[in-house]
Amino acid sequence: MKNFIAFVFLFLSFQIGYSQITFPRNGVYDDRDGIYAFKNATIHQAPGQVVKNATLVIKEGKIEAVGAGVAIPAGAVEFDLKGKHIYPSFIDIFAGYGIPEMKKNDGQGDWSIQQMVSNKKGPYSWNEALRTEFRAHENFTVDSKAAKSWIKAGFGTLSTHRKDGISRGSASLVSLANKNEHETILREITAHHYSFKKGSSTQNYPGSLMGAIALLKQTNIDSEWYKNHGHKIEKNLSLKAWDELKNQPQIFAVSDKLEALRVLKMGKETKDNFIIKGSGDEYQRLEELKKWNPSFILPLNFPKAYDVEDPYNALLVSLGDMKHWELAPSNPGMLEEAGIAFAFTTDGLKEKGDLLKQIQKAIKNGLSEETALKALTTNPATMINSADIVGTLEKGKLANFLITSDKIFAKKTKIHENWVMGEQTVLKAMDMPDLSGEYVLNYGNEKFPMKVKGATDPKIVLVKNDTTDIKVKHNYSNGLISLSFSPYEEKEETITLSGVVEDKMWSGRGTSNDGQWINWRAVYSKKLEPEKKEDKKGAGKKADKNEKKKGDSKGKIVYPFMAYGWETPPEEGTYLITNATVWTNEADGILEEADVLISNGKIKKVGKGLSAGGGTEIDGTGKHVTCGLIDEHSHIAISKGVNECTQANTAEVSIADVVNSEDINIYRQLSGGVTTSQLLHGSCNPIGGRSALIKLRWGLEPEKMKMQNAPGFIKFALGENVKKSRSSRNNRFPDSRMGVEQVYLDAFTRAREYKANVGDPTRRKDLELEIVNEILDSKRFVTCHSYVQSEINMLMKVADKFDFTINTFTHILEGYKVADKMKEHGAAGSSFSDWWAYKYEVIDAIPQNGEIMNSQGVLVGFNSDDAEMARRLNQEAAKAMMYGEISEEEAWKFVTLNPAIMLHIDDRVGSLKAGKDADVVLWSDHPLSIYAKAEITFIDGIKYFDRAEDAEMQVAIQKERARLIRKMLAAKNGGAPTQGVKGKHHHHYHCDDHEDELSH
Amino acid sequence: MKNIILIFLVTLFASNIQAQQTPGKKQSENIVVMGATAHLGNGEVIENSIIAFENGKFTLVANQSIGQGFDGYKVIQAEGKHLYPGFIAPNTQIGLKEIDAVRATRDSREIGSLNPNIRSIIAYNTDSKVTPTVRSNGVLIAQVVPQGSTIPGSSSIVQLDAWNWEDAIIKEDDAIYLNWPSMFSRDWRNHGAIKKNDKYRDEVKKLESLFSEAFAYSNKTNTKKQNLKLDAMKSLFDGNKKLYINVNFVKSITAAVLFAEKFDITPVIIGGRDSYMITDFLKKHNVSVILKNTQSLPRREDDAIDQPFKTPGVLEKAGILYGLSIGGAWEQRNLPFQAGQCIPYGLDKESAVRAITLNNAKIMGIDKMVGSIEEGKSATFFICKGDVFDMRTSKVQQAFIDGREIDLNNKQKDLYNKFKAKYEEDSKR
Repeated sequence: MKNFIAFVFLFLSFQIGYSQITFPRNGVYDDRDGIYAFKNATIHQAPGQVVKNATLVIKEGKIEAVGAGVAIPAGAVEFDLKGKHIYPSFIDIFAGYGIPEMKKNDGQGDWSIQQMVSNKKGPYSWNEALRTEFRAHENFTVDSKAAKSWIKAGFGTLSTHRKDGISRGSASLVSLANKNEHETILREITAHHYSFKKGSSTQNYPGSLMGAIALLKQTNIDSEWYKNHGHKIEKNLSLKAWDELKNQPQIFAVSDKLEALRVLKMGKETKDNFIIKGSGDEYQRLEELKKWNPSFILPLNFPKAYDVEDPYNALLVSLGDMKHWELAPSNPGMLEEAGIAFAFTTDGLKEKGDLLKQIQKAIKNGLSEETALKALTTNPATMINSADIVGTLEKGKLANFLITSDKIFAKKTKIHENWVMGEQTVLKAMDMPDLSGEYVLNYGNEKFPMKVKGATDPKIVLVKNDTTDIKVKHNYSNGLISLSFSPYEEKEETITLSGVVEDKMWSGRGTSNDGQWINWRAVYSKKLEPEKKEDKKGAGKKADKNEKKKGDSKGKIVYPFMAYGWETPPEEGTYLITNATVWTNEADGILEEADVLISNGKIKKVGKGLSAGGGTEIDGTGKHVTCGLIDEHSHIAISKGVNECTQANTAEVSIADVVNSEDINIYRQLSGGVTTSQLLHGSCNPIGGRSALIKLRWGLEPEKMKMQNAPGFIKFALGENVKKSRSSRNNRFPDSRMGVEQVYLDAFTRAREYKANVGDPTRRKDLELEIVNEILDSKRFVTCHSYVQSEINMLMKVADKFDFTINTFTHILEGYKVADKMKEHGAAGSSFSDWWAYKYEVIDAIPQNGEIMNSQGVLVGFNSDDAEMARRLNQEAAKAMMYGEISEEEAWKFVTLNPAIMLHIDDRVGSLKAGKDADVVLWSDHPLSIYAKAEITFIDGIKYFDRAEDAEMQVAIQKERARLIRKMLAAKNGGAPTQGVKGKHHHHYHCDDHEDELSH
Repeated sequence: MKNIILIFLVTLFASNIQAQQTPGKKQSENIVVMGATAHLGNGEVIENSIIAFENGKFTLVANQSIGQGFDGYKVIQAEGKHLYPGFIAPNTQIGLKEIDAVRATRDSREIGSLNPNIRSIIAYNTDSKVTPTVRSNGVLIAQVVPQGSTIPGSSSIVQLDAWNWEDAIIKEDDAIYLNWPSMFSRDWRNHGAIKKNDKYRDEVKKLESLFSEAFAYSNKTNTKKQNLKLDAMKSLFDGNKKLYINVNFVKSITAAVLFAEKFDITPVIIGGRDSYMITDFLKKHNVSVILKNTQSLPRREDDAIDQPFKTPGVLEKAGILYGLSIGGAWEQRNLPFQAGQCIPYGLDKESAVRAITLNNAKIMGIDKMVGSIEEGKSATFFICKGDVFDMRTSKVQQAFIDGREIDLNNKQKDLYNKFKAKYEEDSKR
């Protein structure tokens, strides 16, 4: 028996069962029953379900029986696994195994020439990134070389798909057994996979994250329409395939925690219960994720320590990245604690063999062993509805199991064997006798003391003297041993020996350096003496221990997870600001020596001699109090693309889908007194995307930053940007201002026709036209990027024709030329103070533009369109006074009340009036002065910025960086691998950014 | 009605003529400005000042207590107003770029990476429509600088009221600009993340060989084979031309200074974003710094949110010679606010004045002529109704370059008047 299993082969293939019945045979049938019994083992049938001294019986690749006292059937090959453990083999449901890869698109094409539709020939989706028709089982081929590395890592089955595109088609459950496709494909379709990456698609749409979200929403609608009506009109295999996959598990790969939130939210709309393939930073927004009751597939590629030896280079690494290095291994444990179910994937690991090492790290950082096992077995099986065949060791399931030397997650545990569908793969022979001890080795005329250290995976050295050991390479199997070593450093000499191990005596023949045959033997002398921990390694371990002794020295999670994030978010309070100059923006005008009372998130009272009513008093003597600034045109706090540049009308996309709560500029702008911002789509297209109206509630998740029940806006744009004037070539309509008018006329005409067909059951719901109809119905307001008078005039005429009003012209640098017409139409102007000469259409821009429009009765505001300028909008308002003739109060309204009116939120913000939101700023000086600093900024009565606290935070940030740098240096000195310093690229979006954000 | 239209047309016509700002005439009479708060540019301030100038030079800078008569002088009463030396804008593209996005109007970049021989001055357009909008905010002197490659070329210093580029010159070919190679590059496969630049050493090596060869060339007396690029660098080594190195990252600043010193050059650091971290080093090496755009965002997420506002105060305190600048052409009108922005963040007002007048003049080597209101220096100054650093109060009312009163009108004011007049007419109807 012993001899039988000790025979080492990596891939043993038995003829089990009656496979490939339809195939002709060449030779004599050799189909065996493959009955094996594994006795005396500790069997981990399922996570948390352990049977000691148990027996596992398998037959024809499936489990026949398992448990204590199971009778061993006659004819079974028996294995005695005393002291060993049996586990179900692992499952990875985010694999790409056996699927041909697509050639990657490097995304560096000429942005000016657009690919409008898919390059894929045939009746498929118009969009090349929707590859829903792809079927893993139709493309899968066994790859035995790759299978080997999976089996080595402990896997038995994989759900595999092609990692290419936004819709990636279906995945299949496949076995890693050494059989052909007919038998290894276990389930043809296990899931529909998605991502936000276009992969090999070279098509321009979508070029932004919001575009991808819109595309998914529309396609979901389209597949339903196709099923019911569309198939009678056209053939579309992608839409057909989409519907086929609708009831399958939907797996979505994301690149950060906010994307996870976005996908979960989208799922509510598309009625999909997405399983998120996460990014490892879920702990940074755990509370928010938890609310969706999601399940996750988690990667284990925890970041390496950064090489921060050079303090200047270390500047490149942000605090957030450093903190993530420290906390990433805690991610699985934290998800467990939050009660979120997850599976593990090796995706992202350079070596699959690191799987257990990484899980051990996670266990050290709070993950329970039971949950870890679930994440490798039952959870993935359940997620793809395959728990009936894999995941646990139960009768009828596949005979996929591991034999291990000890508990699977213990540090020194070896996986001896991995059985897949009854096929044995030996990874580390079980029969290795304990050879450890001290020996004397004789060969030729030489003699060395020899030490064999370790029982299961021994290391052998020759002791030359007190300080020098010679390493001996060895190979043991089935009683045979071979050794090779170079005894003298100075000589190029290698001795190779081979022989047998009999009891305590090894002996045989070998060759010396000159090719002469020699005899050798090694004789056991005594047990190994326990070694003294040596200096270097010992020191490292000591340091390790010291680190542990200090207890949990990890940093706290902050929100957002970066510098200036909150450990605990600030809370609403009652505040009384006393004795200040109060700019009411109401009929009261500017009040001297007045008080402002804030409570319950609202302005309670403005006046003199108010009582704090137990709230906090803030002395405003010599200071000014105003409402918060409102930026009508901002591009901060947006993830992956401010423009969906690719079509003339992209009303279907929305910035609200991609609000980024983790942008440092939110905090920076609070320090400039900004409290509300309209996050606008860029100006790439005549009809751009919808905007998001947020309050700068730093630290909260995107959904909570949005102003609830705010009126909807959409961005329009005219002129140079929409006709792509900066590129030398353009193939997208329009190419002139003449064409721009036609885009509008066409869109509005189509939208009206669409609306007229409302009762037609065969009508395809079109998200883009629905939004355009909202505009025509005056349910959604337009803010239009515009410069020159001709185009401004044109758009007002078009709007008049369709009987709606252009709410706001933004930029509007030639507004002063048509102020009277704007007044008549009812359009507001949201302008810059002094920008000009940066492109041709602004050569007639003047800094008195605001003043003239204002004097003609147009509602005027100044906006930033720029992350830097936004934090000194008060100064920009003052420039209206500097260049034109306008009163202080009027100028101040340019950045407060007037934008509030433009945005239809003046019932809530824009002035200091009892009952309005407590968005309040305390200024050190006259608020229109360059010398004024916002000292405190409140939103909804919550103090989101306090300059005194900011100073403390700056010190704390440096302290936390120093701690993490120390820790990373210690890790490096302790031998941990490091990565070079890297910095995030901070993209401050402007109107005309057109980078493709989804091609990498 | 006809008459009204006629009058309207005449006004229009008149304002159109004004749109071409004619350079001011040479000072013909002696002038004295009485009663202004004079910010001298050297850190001093005189309340109730008397400032007199003749033949384009200041002849008296004093307190009004002197109280002497100025017979034959033209008197400008400036009580309650502020008077400043003309602001000096280093590192600009004034006159080289008219409209940023229109290629035909840009003359600021040349092909090739090492172009010390390229001279900005010959492309300087004195009739740019941008310039009058800049000087009407008090900026009267500018350095005109080529942009782009590693060595984009040589700059020149001009005054902003001239008939042609020769007429405009204060100092021709005053400096060579060097854009120091970046130690970091962008990783486009990883969303443009920032990583180490593998080519950095090679790029520095190229500069090293250029400078060593230029140095060797400068010592040759008999050059058979003339090299225009090396010729242009000659005066770097005898101190007649300055070397401005555009560099921001702390480690790169250090590397750039050590590089220049190898060739006995004391460089001027342009940009200098991280200079506040190494003030001891800069002082020891006697390096001056021209900061760019204090109204900017911190480079790093973890930086103090107001770091760019604080940096000038730190340099001032450390005793480093520094100046302020703002990039570009039309943006120069906002130079005063780059100084004003720092005042609540640790820089006192007179130091802020000095940072864009005398300090810049010293760094640029023109402080004997301009940069402060001192007897004997060029009468290049302006009068502002209020504090020029604060948009709330700034209204520049009169300006002089070399004693010549300049036209503070500009294209934008003309358009303003044109349309104001239109609406006034409309309202009468």
